[in-house]
Amino acid sequence: MVLASPPADDGASALQRMLGDNVITTTLEKMWNWARSWSFWPLSYGCNCCPIEMMAAGGARFDIARFGYEVFRAVPRQADLLVVAGPITLKMAPVVKRVYEQMPSPKWVLAMGNCATSGGPFRDGYSILPGADSLFKVDIYVPGCPPRPEALFHGLLELKRRVERGEY
Amino acid sequence: MDASALDGLLADLHASAPGGLEVRRDGACTLLQAAPADLPVVMRLLREQAGLNYLANLTAVDRGESFEVVYHLFRIPADGAQVVVKCRVPRAEPRLPSVVALYPTADWQEREVYDLMGVIFDGHPNLVRVLLPDDFVGHPLRKDFKVTAT
Ligand code: SF4
Repeated sequence: MVLASPPADDGASALQRMLGDNVITTTLEKMWNWARSWSFWPLSYGCNCCPIEMMAAGGARFDIARFGYEVFRAVPRQADLLVVAGPITLKMAPVVKRVYEQMPSPKWVLAMGNCATSGGPFRDGYSILPGADSLFKVDIYVPGCPPRPEALFHGLLELKRRVERGEY
Repeated sequence: MDASALDGLLADLHASAPGGLEVRRDGACTLLQAAPADLPVVMRLLREQAGLNYLANLTAVDRGESFEVVYHLFRIPADGAQVVVKCRVPRAEPRLPSVVALYPTADWQEREVYDLMGVIFDGHPNLVRVLLPDDFVGHPLRKDFKVTAT
């Protein structure tokens, strides 16, 4: 199995030709990224409606475990993907920010739903942030109110592609 | 509550509320409009003599010149009895005695009314914001509150 094909004329591909299919050459970083992209450990943050779809994604019907992303953590230290599924209130904002900072790098953020993307229906309210990206960098936006589990998977697989290529 | 039980108490209530007490009936619900200064004694009579031992809800309405604080009282075990006490405080000086000592469920609810409507409950053990961050400016459920961009 070749994880990613290096440019045609470098030494590595010559080596690969020499070794045939018996030995794999790659870089450590590529190995890491390949492994990371198939096993996000999500930390969930949510209010009540988007998280229901997230829970459905974890259930047997949609089965997030097909992709290796089922290890939902309740501890930031063990997670590398923050799924913001719901509005962030002004009071909650410092807490979410702190939880994000407690996650070890590399880490990613997926904004699930209109609330996390832009404040959604509460945007003009007196107590809601207009989107998670006013607190930290968001890698993937999944629109919808709420998005279906398929949409969440689409976002996760998009993130997977990026992480695999090391584009983060 | 059944009308006769409260009727027996009404004379006492009127006597103990020099600020005036307006009584209205709407089906099973009895509504009392009391003056702010009379609130503690009215609530105590309702609790101790009418047996309304549960404050289920405490909220406030912006009436323009005044704020109307509303208390919903029930009995436990439930028997359908319901008394609503309303109290108006002027907008310029929105102060009301706290009923936390009488009804512990009033604790967070008075904080909420303080937080969102800006009514100050004298005698509350810890009157700080409960839903909004401590550094929030203003009371957003007042009709004249304007949202500034976050
Ligand atoms: S986007 Fe819609 S479903 Fe999701 S948290 Fe906001 S209101 Fe709820």
